[in-house]
Amino acid sequence: MANLRSERSKRSKYSPALMARTVAAWAVTLLLFFPLGWLMLTAFKTELQAIAVPPLLLFTPTLENFTIVQERSDYMLYAQNSFITSVASTLLGLMLAYPAAYAMAFFKGKHTKNILMWMLSTKMMPAVGALVPVYVMAQSTGLLDSRTALIVVFTLSNLPIMVWMLYSYLKEVPHEILEASRMDGATLWQEFRLVLLPLTLGGLASTGLLCLVLSWNEAFWSLNLSAAKAGTLATLIASYSSPEGLFWSKLSAASLMAIAPIVVFGWFSQKQLVQGLTFGAVK
Amino acid sequence: MAYLQLQGIEKEFGNVRVIRGIDLEIKQGEFIVFVGPSGCGKSTLLRLIAGLEETDGGKLMLDGRDITDQPSSKRDLAMVFQSYALYPHMSVFENMSFALKLAKVDEAVIEEKVGRAAKILNLTDYLQRTPKELSGGQRQRVAIGRAIVRAPKVFLFDEPLSNLDAALRGQTRIEIAKLHRDLGATTIYVTHDQVEAMTLADRVVVLRDGRIEQVGTPLELYDRPANQFVAQFIGTPQMNIVPAKDLQALVNSTALPVQPDGFIGMRPENISLCAPGKGMLNGKVELVEALGAETLIYVSTDSAVQLVARQIERTELVVGSAIGLHIDVDAAHLFDAAGHITRTGAARETLVH
Amino acid sequence: MRKLLPRLLLTPAVLSLLMWMIVPLVMTIYFSLIRYNLMQPEQTGFAGLENFEYFLTDPSFSVAVVNTLLLLGSVIVITVLLGIAIALLIDSPFPGRGIVRLLLISPFFVMPTVNALLWKHMMMNPIYGVLAQVWKFFGATPIDWLTDFPLGSVVIMVAWQWLPFATLIFMTALQSMNREQLEAARMDGATYLQQLRYLYIPHLGRSVAVVVMIEMIFLLSVFAEIYTTTGGGPGDASTNVAFLIFKQALLNFDAGVASAGALFAVLLANIAAAFLIRMVGKNLDK
Repeated sequence: MANLRSERSKRSKYSPALMARTVAAWAVTLLLFFPLGWLMLTAFKTELQAIAVPPLLLFTPTLENFTIVQERSDYMLYAQNSFITSVASTLLGLMLAYPAAYAMAFFKGKHTKNILMWMLSTKMMPAVGALVPVYVMAQSTGLLDSRTALIVVFTLSNLPIMVWMLYSYLKEVPHEILEASRMDGATLWQEFRLVLLPLTLGGLASTGLLCLVLSWNEAFWSLNLSAAKAGTLATLIASYSSPEGLFWSKLSAASLMAIAPIVVFGWFSQKQLVQGLTFGAVK
Repeated sequence: MAYLQLQGIEKEFGNVRVIRGIDLEIKQGEFIVFVGPSGCGKSTLLRLIAGLEETDGGKLMLDGRDITDQPSSKRDLAMVFQSYALYPHMSVFENMSFALKLAKVDEAVIEEKVGRAAKILNLTDYLQRTPKELSGGQRQRVAIGRAIVRAPKVFLFDEPLSNLDAALRGQTRIEIAKLHRDLGATTIYVTHDQVEAMTLADRVVVLRDGRIEQVGTPLELYDRPANQFVAQFIGTPQMNIVPAKDLQALVNSTALPVQPDGFIGMRPENISLCAPGKGMLNGKVELVEALGAETLIYVSTDSAVQLVARQIERTELVVGSAIGLHIDVDAAHLFDAAGHITRTGAARETLVH
Repeated sequence: MRKLLPRLLLTPAVLSLLMWMIVPLVMTIYFSLIRYNLMQPEQTGFAGLENFEYFLTDPSFSVAVVNTLLLLGSVIVITVLLGIAIALLIDSPFPGRGIVRLLLISPFFVMPTVNALLWKHMMMNPIYGVLAQVWKFFGATPIDWLTDFPLGSVVIMVAWQWLPFATLIFMTALQSMNREQLEAARMDGATYLQQLRYLYIPHLGRSVAVVVMIEMIFLLSVFAEIYTTTGGGPGDASTNVAFLIFKQALLNFDAGVASAGALFAVLLANIAAAFLIRMVGKNLDK
């Protein structure tokens, strides 16, 4: 009789082991998420509430910080730069990467693997190694503090990952479907537009999303190559390093606006992140 | 006049000559089957005809036109792939009408043609579904429908039945035969299954290592194989082929005109069993396969030669039973040391009603 | 035509990456061998190995190297150990698992500068910061993190940001574990610790290697956090090699020395990359 009861409790949906794990998992998660959560809360506080001692957990939220930050024209400028550089580098990257990935996926030659590996290796070099020449080149071509320089650098930094990811998506399209379209009378362009593109749209979107995230968060080149005119949000936030006066809730609001969309995008690109950033070594 | 003509077709992959000089003439309306073991090049040959691979030598003529250098899209051929290769993002209707849309055919005409093909293949209720929502057999019919709609000069089938289960395979085989009868289209069909070859083909092309071993009607290949390879490839169970040396006593007693280093080929139905000592050979039963419509008995003779005998009647023999064998030597095929036929055995009688 | 098309398609990407790799490299090598100050670009002259000597004998250099290795090592150890622990914890389903996953990976997508300031002002400020409040709550004096533990503070920030990455990798790897093997072990009477030691850890071995290598490559260039918080200080207590090069280039405007340093950093990275390339290459063959 006693045995049956213990058996049942082990089989029941909420066994003690499960509860312990749930509590532990949630505790760890909340602890690790706390800094972000605190940022989110502070964005809705007034400045006085933000520096309250002891720290306030309950308060009436206000949206004033968001409006203040929005009204500051230079915030909008920086946000605009972030947006333009991310989107432009993503589009440019896709346009460069897709043909290359297509060539390697469907015309596999004996050098294909080597080219792919070489492309990945360019990503592994530290950005600081190219700092001086790129800075000098930007300076001498008058492209310092310009969106163009940032777009070029972002594109080239992310290109290997984009090629790699598009390659792995394209590889999964069965050759026979493309051959069937050829038998049906499709030219190469029609084959691409009517069959290949629709089938790989998902992969294109995922790769683009990942590139968007990487470009938006890019800090090294943003900090070094841009300033007042082409600065991205990364640059703007960095300038708050040692400000004067009360600014915490405004900083939180500005930061929240800067990171929120990307964090959400990141939730959707988990799988691509794993594949892209480990260069496929973990599937 | 040959409708489709292959002249000296060659193909290399790297340093390996996969297709070594194929010459073939196919008449309009014929159902040709390419058959052979894995790696013999039958699929490659089909893909060369389709234009999905480029030839490294030779000429390809279709209906008087040289299509050797034409891309697939211009050859007016239709192919049914082994994996069906349906467009996953299109409905059945769109799959079947794709080629016509590319050719800028009028919409009303497309509707009519697709509708007709769908009716023949029992697909009318499925026209709006996507391939994901179809069973294997249905997908296969869509693949066939896609080809029919185009009314091409030649239909190419690449092992279309190998992904189906046994019951569906038999059924679809009959449907393909009926289709050919109704449409009368020239068809090239690749398979490794000799039952499909025997039942569907007007003529069979047996391939090995990139070369044609023999071309003929199914019964021609069965009754008059040109060499040992074809003799053993066609027919289940395989023809018994034994070196003449191992059956010396038999050769002497029946004065078989076989070369001393040659081979004797006996079909299982030409070997019958009798009581031990009453036949030409003696042996022991190794295995009995009772298939219902026929019984196969595997025997090991006293001189350790393995033979398979076939009989329509049931048997009481068990493993280990001693048994005698009677060989119909007139029906035996004789080969030389290199495997070429030297004497063709007598064929079975034809029953006339 | 068949041979031409793929080459044409590959050309734009290959060409751009080639230039992206070669041009800076060649220029860096060139700059490292000459005297080149960005504020006085007219004064140039062959410097031979002078720049290298200057860079390597700079007392900040050895400090920077040590800091780099410390930063690298600490972050890797923290993220791998905690990452495995968390991944194991949330491997099997429990209520709210989906949300937990989302919350756990969020820090990785936060902009590095936001990350830096978040910690500098929100958490680590010795008066108003949350950590200070917690310390005071327990009756201890709050720590001035950035002044007293500059490198440690940077380690905390970077580790917090990269922990989700490691966790995500290990979660993915755990999903591919052979469930039947685990069930067989359980039926054989293995305790959880024994399962850990003989099944889980060996399976995770490969992904640990990948995480370590990837983090090595990316962490060598930690920059934004240092730039935004400690500025490498106090002194050079939190300067790593990347920041040192930056200081030489854009603060001292000495392009020659900076380039010499950059070559050194590239060498370091190459070593880490060589192992990763081999592993990725083996994966491509599969």
